[in-house]
Amino acid sequence: MNILVCLKQTFDTEERITIENGVVVEDGAVFVINPYDEYAVEEGIKLKEEHGGEVTILTVGPERVEASMRKALAMGADKGVWINTEDFDGDLDEHSIAKIIKATIEEQELKFDIILAGAMAVDDGSAQVGPRLAELLNIPHISTITKLTVDGENVVVEKDVEGDMEVIESKLPLLVTAQQGLNEPRYPSLQGIMKAKKKPLEEVEIDDLDIEEEEMEAKTKVLEIYLPPKKDAGKILQGELADQVTELVQLLKSEAKVI
Amino acid sequence: MSKKILVLADVREGKLRNVAFESLAAARLASQGGTVVAAVLGSFAKDHVDALAHHGADEVVVVTDSKLDQYTTDAYFQAVKKIIETVEPQAIFTGHTAVGKDVSPRIAARLGFGLVSDVTALEEIDGELAFTRPIYAGKAFVKKAFKEDETVFATLRPNNIVALDADTARTATVTEVSVDFDPTLLRTIIKQVVKKATDGVDLSEARVVVSGGRGVKSEDGFAPLKELADLLGGAVGASRGACDSGYCDYALQIGQTGKVVTPDLYIAAGISGAIQHLAGMSASKTIVAINKDPEAPIFQVADYGIVGDLFVVVPMLTEELKKVLVGK
Repeated sequence: MNILVCLKQTFDTEERITIENGVVVEDGAVFVINPYDEYAVEEGIKLKEEHGGEVTILTVGPERVEASMRKALAMGADKGVWINTEDFDGDLDEHSIAKIIKATIEEQELKFDIILAGAMAVDDGSAQVGPRLAELLNIPHISTITKLTVDGENVVVEKDVEGDMEVIESKLPLLVTAQQGLNEPRYPSLQGIMKAKKKPLEEVEIDDLDIEEEEMEAKTKVLEIYLPPKKDAGKILQGELADQVTELVQLLKSEAKVI
Repeated sequence: MSKKILVLADVREGKLRNVAFESLAAARLASQGGTVVAAVLGSFAKDHVDALAHHGADEVVVVTDSKLDQYTTDAYFQAVKKIIETVEPQAIFTGHTAVGKDVSPRIAARLGFGLVSDVTALEEIDGELAFTRPIYAGKAFVKKAFKEDETVFATLRPNNIVALDADTARTATVTEVSVDFDPTLLRTIIKQVVKKATDGVDLSEARVVVSGGRGVKSEDGFAPLKELADLLGGAVGASRGACDSGYCDYALQIGQTGKVVTPDLYIAAGISGAIQHLAGMSASKTIVAINKDPEAPIFQVADYGIVGDLFVVVPMLTEELKKVLVGK
């Protein structure tokens, strides 16, 4: 089975965000595999273990992303294709990224039976690139899945729908996006880490792709990035617990006016 | 310049969701005196014409095909594409819901549109529509706009844009659109739906959320939280700690991984307030924190805090609220 996994590198969720000159400061930040993409990597490796085949990691990003790709290889993926944006200075939005991934799949002649991606990235949170890519490749997609079973060309998934669950059947080729609860991503073993250093990681420059700059140009533009206004510290109630509870109810009623 | 705006009205189980009205309010603003067209899909579509008109639609497009009664990506995709090609709007709005999130990127990819997801506010700046959306789950915000001559397409986060008051004098013209579904492009089949959400109150749309963290100690520990949430007509949420410990389903998780919520009232019980959790709830209008540890970071974002054991404080709060809410 040919398995492609789209992986984005993101800030660790424990990182604070600071902004300088209108952009988010990356210096000193800890970067990780986007947590939702980590579920996708794990699921891809599990599929390979069950059905055989090869797991290819696809990542768009600057040089720092290599560490996350190597981690996915250490977990058990077989090879990586990295679309290097380090020297690219145009605007890229979700439209652009989906176009670039599609062009890369074609340029590298990557075969796929299934494509896995995270349901969203914890930085931009757009949840767009997976479904966009499926449409560009003319294959169906099922988003926010929590269980995946593949039998021959038949696929059964469980999909999280705002807390409810749908059981959905489809066929390969298919793109799915991973929701929390799909699996428990493994830690790379020491042996895995050693092996990962030698696994192939193909580098692709955007300029090498058979895609016009106009075709992948962003459709949207950023006007401003800013931090939310700092909240004043709240009121810690004092006194007997029973009185605090009474006071809280009064405050919710007359001051906050939420009950 | 007045514009034509299309709203894809969000429906769940045949009923309009409030975010459909919020999208109409956004569309009225964006139309600059132009036309607002609402589209509603499913055999029940005509039932919703009046409500959509009352909340701002000038025209309502209905597709009354029963293939659309239950959402599937491919059927919706074909219907929405047909509607967009029929209406030819300059802007399209829908909810950032399970449906809007799933179908909008596909539509955008097919039609070569940009898409701004999960919008919490929109405004006009120098004649241009600017969309505010959280990034890093609310640790920062970005304002985005569309490049010149691009079709505007946005999914709007429920509970953020204020719907217009219903004007029962408003009426709308109705257009029926039929879709010739390509059966080879209906590629996913729903075999079963299992209801797991808290008694119909959706976490992302709930006006009140009562959340538990590691401090609830067990699955049963959520019982007093559930009682409080039920009393207030709210939903129960959880921190990653509580989910990781197996006290509740991941569907309840609030945070940078999990759901982002912005209710009127957020009650955090036994949640310390790790930054990844704060990202998912700190934009709530009023936050109450209940925690044994006075140093817990949750108190720094709370409007009101009580230092104490949640198993003592939450039931007391429920009883006290019962007194106040009696007769309401």
